[in-house]
Amino acid sequence: MHVLREEFDVVAMDFTTAGEASATIKRLLKKLGVNSSVVRRLSIACYEAEINLVIHSMGGKLILTVGAQDVTLTSEDVGPGIPDIDLAMSEGYSTASEDVRMMGFGAGMGLANMARNADGFSIESKVGVGTRIEMVFRLTDAQKTEGAV
Amino acid sequence: MAKELHSVKLDKGKCVGCTNCLKRCPTEAIRIRAGRARIVDELCIDCGACIRVCEHHAKVAVTDPLSSINRFKYKIALPAPTLYGQFKNLKDISAVPRGLMRMGFNEVFDVARGADIVSRAVMEKLTEPDCPQPLISSACPAVVRLIQIRFPELIDNIVDIRSPMEIAASMARREFCKKHSVRPEEVGCFFITPCPAKATAVRLPIGHEKSAVDGVISMMEIYGLLSNQIRRDQGDDADYVFNSQNRGTALGIGWARSGGESLAIGEEDALAVDGIDNVNRVLEAIENDRLPDLKYFEGLACDGGCVGGPIAFENVFIARNRIRKLVSELPKVSIDKAVSLDELEALGDEMRLDKPIEPMETLKLDADFTEALKKMDKIEEIRKKLPGLDCGSCGSPTCQALAEDIVGGYAKEMDCLFLLKEQITLMARQMVEISELTREKNT
Repeated sequence: MHVLREEFDVVAMDFTTAGEASATIKRLLKKLGVNSSVVRRLSIACYEAEINLVIHSMGGKLILTVGAQDVTLTSEDVGPGIPDIDLAMSEGYSTASEDVRMMGFGAGMGLANMARNADGFSIESKVGVGTRIEMVFRLTDAQKTEGAV
Repeated sequence: MAKELHSVKLDKGKCVGCTNCLKRCPTEAIRIRAGRARIVDELCIDCGACIRVCEHHAKVAVTDPLSSINRFKYKIALPAPTLYGQFKNLKDISAVPRGLMRMGFNEVFDVARGADIVSRAVMEKLTEPDCPQPLISSACPAVVRLIQIRFPELIDNIVDIRSPMEIAASMARREFCKKHSVRPEEVGCFFITPCPAKATAVRLPIGHEKSAVDGVISMMEIYGLLSNQIRRDQGDDADYVFNSQNRGTALGIGWARSGGESLAIGEEDALAVDGIDNVNRVLEAIENDRLPDLKYFEGLACDGGCVGGPIAFENVFIARNRIRKLVSELPKVSIDKAVSLDELEALGDEMRLDKPIEPMETLKLDADFTEALKKMDKIEEIRKKLPGLDCGSCGSPTCQALAEDIVGGYAKEMDCLFLLKEQITLMARQMVEISELTREKNT
């Protein structure tokens, strides 16, 4: 099966390019004709992941893999890591700095929002090393989730 | 009459095949082929940006001539609020309907009155428990079209209420027939428009079957005639003045400017955005759930709102300022005072959209997903060969678009002047080599 794989570098604390990778990914999926409700859920999760890389990591990348059955979005970073993943997953919890919150980010919804929008979600993190998040979006049973957003 | 898909057309004789419109079309719907611009129907949203930028006036709006009103025994003019911003020293708004009457119309019904009614209907809609959030205005047909093409997920957020133009036409016809005891088919309703997208919305209504409007007349076309009438207006030489039934409030007239609609509905968590590129960006943000508190979104394709329409006469800033001043001098009447719930009730279904707004997924590379993936690869391969200057000389707006056009079979690699130059250099070198080889052989 034909597989498409694209990598996007995301630079820490660079707000001029923040959101560009997500916008490119969204455009690409629309051109491929992926079901619009899947594109929307993926875009929401992807934007969250990208902003997380910008504000929390020391830089990382988003990797998009499109297969026949599903789309996988992976976020990998070099950074502080997450000491307590369960706590980080709870809505409203945030370690974002005051500066970042002043910019309207860091409301503490990111990880939960990603998990909610993805069909599959896994996260690994090592303190002082970095974090890897993998999100899977199914293409085939898109009908089931249509209108759920 | 064949149903034309769009209201922006090319005047072939005037087009010189330059790249002005190509580079400025917000949906990349233009290609230059064989030295002339072509509009790709599936991508055009009728915003009229190309009309504005074409120095050669080769892009024209397709509207009805003023003489077309004579198809009907009785003619009603429906002036868009923008019309009031077109005239210098307009002291009394009623001079505009008086002028229209002297031009041959039998009645004038203010579209601002339709805007008042839509404002009230939207206010009611916003109080419903299952109201989509944000509710998206249906007023600008170019924005609705943009949503159909690029943001199908947001279609359900579009308010299911017809445009002020449609509501004004329905009401005007009904009231005229009642007052003069004539049959509806004897009455023609004509919208005076700053906007080509409105002409398309009349021919091919979005969200309902048939338009109540019979023709659309360009503001540019009647500007000269009407401004003459207004200059000569004495205030009392015609028997026609607006009354509370056919005249809009200051808030209704304010719809001509960006933000006017949000002001009229009085919603605190509303956002008004004008200019198609800005609208596009904010719709992206809404689609990404980045504006969770937003209750109402007013998006207008033209800079400044409808006053910035491509077939309005006056400069957008001048017209916008005139509207601001006119509105500030009119009595302040709130929408709930101007339009009663009974009135809304009476309009009932006539006011609602009754046909689903369909997504138009024209961005897809291929109906088949596997094919689309293959095409994506090929596009990427070709794009890497292209110079990345986005010069438009090939006739496609960007190198990316050219790569897509090549894979789609609408263009070829040698349309790129840079690739062509490389190819010629290569061929020239080969020719030299061949001739040297043959000379060696001969000696």
